[in-house]
Amino acid sequence: MNAVAKLLPSSAPKPSAFVVRFALMAVALLLIAPMVLSDFRLSLLAKFLCFAILAIGIGLAWGQGGMLVLGQGLFFGLGGYCMGMHMKIVDAGPGQLPDILTFSGQHESLPLLWVPFSSAWFAIPMAILLPMAIAALLGAAIFRQRIRGAYFAILSQALAGAFVIVLVGNQALTGGTNGLTNFQTFFGLSVTSPSDQRILYFVVAVVLLVVFLATRELALGRYGRLLLAVRDDEDRVRFLGYDPTRVKLVAYVVAAGLAGLAGALFVPVVGIISPAMLGIVPSVEMVIWVALGGRTALAWAAAGAVIVNTAKTNISEQFPSTWLYMQGLLFVVVILFLPKGIAGAVENLRALAARRQPPPAISRLTRRRPRAPAAAEESV
Amino acid sequence: MEVILNQLFVGLSIASILLLVALGLTFTFGQMNVINMAHGEFIMAGAYTTYVLQTALGTGFLTLSFGLALPAAFLIAGTLGLILEFLVIRRLYGRPLDTLLVTWGVGLMLQQLARDLFGAQNVNVSAPSFLDGGLTVAGVSLSYSRMFIIGVVLFVVVAIALYMQRTPAGRRMRAVMQNRPLASVSGVRTRVVDRTTFFIGSGLAGVAGVGITLLGPVGPTLGLAYLIDAFLVVIVGGLGQLRGAILAALALGMANSFIEYNTSASIAKAGVFLLIVLFLQWRPQGMVVQQRRGLAS
Amino acid sequence: MNRPIRGQRRAGRRALALALAALAVVAVGCGSDSDESSSSATSASGDTIPVGILHSLSGTMAISEVSVRDSALLAIDEINAAGGVLGKQLEPVVEDGASDWPTFAEKAQKLISTDKVAATFGGWTSASRKAMLPVFERNKALLYYPVQYEGLESSPYIFYTGATTNQQIIPGLEFLKEELEAKTLFLVGSDYVFPRTANKVIKAWAKVNDVEIVGEEYAPLGNTEYATTINKIKQAKPDAVFQTINGDSNVAFWKQFKDAGLDSETLPVISVSTSEDEVKGVGIENIVGQYVAWNYYQTTEGSKNEAFVKAYKEKYGQDRVTGDPIEAGYVSVHLWALAVEKAGTTDVEKVKEASKGLEFDAPEGKVTIDGENQHIYKTARIGQLQPDGLIKEVSGSDEPIKPDPFLKTYDWATGL
Repeated sequence: MNAVAKLLPSSAPKPSAFVVRFALMAVALLLIAPMVLSDFRLSLLAKFLCFAILAIGIGLAWGQGGMLVLGQGLFFGLGGYCMGMHMKIVDAGPGQLPDILTFSGQHESLPLLWVPFSSAWFAIPMAILLPMAIAALLGAAIFRQRIRGAYFAILSQALAGAFVIVLVGNQALTGGTNGLTNFQTFFGLSVTSPSDQRILYFVVAVVLLVVFLATRELALGRYGRLLLAVRDDEDRVRFLGYDPTRVKLVAYVVAAGLAGLAGALFVPVVGIISPAMLGIVPSVEMVIWVALGGRTALAWAAAGAVIVNTAKTNISEQFPSTWLYMQGLLFVVVILFLPKGIAGAVENLRALAARRQPPPAISRLTRRRPRAPAAAEESV
Repeated sequence: MEVILNQLFVGLSIASILLLVALGLTFTFGQMNVINMAHGEFIMAGAYTTYVLQTALGTGFLTLSFGLALPAAFLIAGTLGLILEFLVIRRLYGRPLDTLLVTWGVGLMLQQLARDLFGAQNVNVSAPSFLDGGLTVAGVSLSYSRMFIIGVVLFVVVAIALYMQRTPAGRRMRAVMQNRPLASVSGVRTRVVDRTTFFIGSGLAGVAGVGITLLGPVGPTLGLAYLIDAFLVVIVGGLGQLRGAILAALALGMANSFIEYNTSASIAKAGVFLLIVLFLQWRPQGMVVQQRRGLAS
Repeated sequence: MNRPIRGQRRAGRRALALALAALAVVAVGCGSDSDESSSSATSASGDTIPVGILHSLSGTMAISEVSVRDSALLAIDEINAAGGVLGKQLEPVVEDGASDWPTFAEKAQKLISTDKVAATFGGWTSASRKAMLPVFERNKALLYYPVQYEGLESSPYIFYTGATTNQQIIPGLEFLKEELEAKTLFLVGSDYVFPRTANKVIKAWAKVNDVEIVGEEYAPLGNTEYATTINKIKQAKPDAVFQTINGDSNVAFWKQFKDAGLDSETLPVISVSTSEDEVKGVGIENIVGQYVAWNYYQTTEGSKNEAFVKAYKEKYGQDRVTGDPIEAGYVSVHLWALAVEKAGTTDVEKVKEASKGLEFDAPEGKVTIDGENQHIYKTARIGQLQPDGLIKEVSGSDEPIKPDPFLKTYDWATGL
């Protein structure tokens, strides 16, 4: 395990340095951003911070655990719909049917699926627990059979696709392709008023900071090391007497829970949840954010979500048609030349500044086992 | 009975389309472990090749342009594949998950390129007149274009099987697939084999593109519709297994046809996925398993 | 794999990586700075009026929406050439909805709060409209929505310039019943809101009209395999098919429909989502003789339309065609400009007031804005596909039909 522990220093600076950086980040998010940004930009940032929460999950499952989760849209959507259903019911008022239900189906009373979501005590935990439960079921099935790497990636992707079809097909219950929109209130806050949107921003920012700290603890602890070891060589970990299935399952389930949480926060912030945001294409985009930020560093994974989405908003405002080229190019360049994303680039810059050899972290990540047997390597 | 026969033909037809789009992947994904998400865009390139030839030669020569399109699409998509291999993928061997992300980016760019070159709207590709209509045998309507696609698939499958089994190049390909270091030390130039494999795999995507112009839309996002299905065929069939891919395509095609007949298209799509997850519980390696002597599976 | 790692290459890559990272940081930084400042310049300058155009220019919906953006820009050009509105030139701010509904909401908000547009023209899918609706209502800003839709909506801040159900679907049904004497219908649609709602209306209508619905099938958007659906249609042997398939799937449906040996002689189909633009991608040989229900065709008679088609082709190319939503996008801009002239201001409430009963000589004929529900009176037209790819009107209402999005005037529609 010593060898594994050595992998950590890049993502775990000395506690004091970390505290300073974290404090700076918190100040930037909680003080500076609300002061500098207009209402419109701040609510955009709130949306990006929701994505950042999801990105931390991907950072854990993919960056630390080596599982390319290409279907996070599924869990994001589950969280979003749980919250959305609750908000629609509250908006409609007691005894009334939400507008979504009246124009997409003929319901006499609240359909059975919706009834429990009347209670916030059910809806909010479900937004997180339901994705986790589904991830646990699915993950147990997939990992137990030692389906990994590409197989797992494509299966999780197809699952997101299948989920969208089911959502759309049950329009009477889910609002179909239109999804749930036109929300009014969120626990007494008016989602349409700029001042209440500001409060929502703070909620999201604080949740993000807490989630980051908690996930970081998990990743730095004993479990985190085990997860890294599984990523790098599942079989060796198995021979050491651990059960890799369980190790991977935890990361996958946590990632799903974070995606659900992000979805639940996304709904009041943005005011819409629809199947178009959960399918295959958006799910891949989520991984792009993390790849760009830096898959091995949780903070950079979160930053990646904010950076890519800021760029997307700004660039697509100015040159709508070039965004797709730029997005594609960004992808190719980052994965090819910056396998550790911006995090890696910053590390290199720092190394250059210190005028010493850069840490061998990049080569360790890209050519983890240069002399491993080919067959083993191919089946990553 | 008529219903069952009709749905059998539908299933066969779906299977042939699935197999057509997946055949290229049995090479690039199955043998080289490259997850080429731009495969869908290579299919699109094949479809647009048909369109370009048709517009260039005029509507008087539909049959000729369609006949030319098959080899032309193979070459064009294959060449695109070679370029992709040379510029990107060769830097990423051994990092299959990264190839997935990079090729997705490449796919995005190719889509936007198609949009800029040919417009955002679908373009029209007419079927040659000899494919108009169909036969009705015992109450089962067999359309010529669907039978043509089945014919193309049969031809390609036989050609691949002969290439793999009977030619020295095919033997080298199998050698590299089964044990790369051993093949390498035995004098096989693995780089050349890699390139050839990628060329053939991508070229087959182009051929698929020509085939599906007979039944579907030709537009910039055409590839995505077939991509995931193609990957699922390879996964269910077993990596790199021609036999497996054929069996998997047949199974998925039939399942789709009969589930949809008894329920709806939406349920069929979701249901087939569920079946796949269940199937992989039973046989995680797919239908046909390649024996390997490595420690890791 | 297993290639020797060469020092120089790694060093080179690292330098490149650093350069790129620096570039990315700069790009992001610049983007967010310049954006706010440039937009304030737009709204500050008093001699132009910014108007928003918000359609999907990328993604799956670009297929349809790009043409509508073009026709809206054409209308703006015409208005500017004629001296603008209130003596000021219109300045279009074009945004990409990217076929993604939250993006529509985000860009709508951006157009309103950053660009300070006087009105926005855009949207295509129901989902994009539903996503934008709260934004426009919250900001009390105007949206002109140019596509036929499923009805059951009437927002005070949206003008609906496409048909609602009673101006398109019901005339289509009446045509099938009266002129094709269809007694049994089969419903085929894409799986989304418009087809499902439309089919609800159709089933209610069928009950009181002695028409039997012998089947109802939906396939996911983007579906390309219709063999099973077509087999089901063949077995049910309906007199006609009512088709609400949208987008790419339309091409697959028509190709495979013809492939299965069916045509307008053996089984007539009426479609409410296939316009001239889509026909180009379908291939006329696959669809010739079939029927569509709209309010406008490129061949619609009248000097207004001749001028519109000519101008559109001159600006965008002779191979382009016009069609119903394209025309509605064009009409939207003119309706808004007329209302602003009448009101003497771009103030939203005053423009709304001035719009009540406003008439315009559109390419489709005279249109009038209904003051109550902000839809417009439109003439229903049933068309038949001609071998040259255009659509010829074969039947229709003699005069514009009053819009009735909630079908209040139809007894059979209560409870929908």
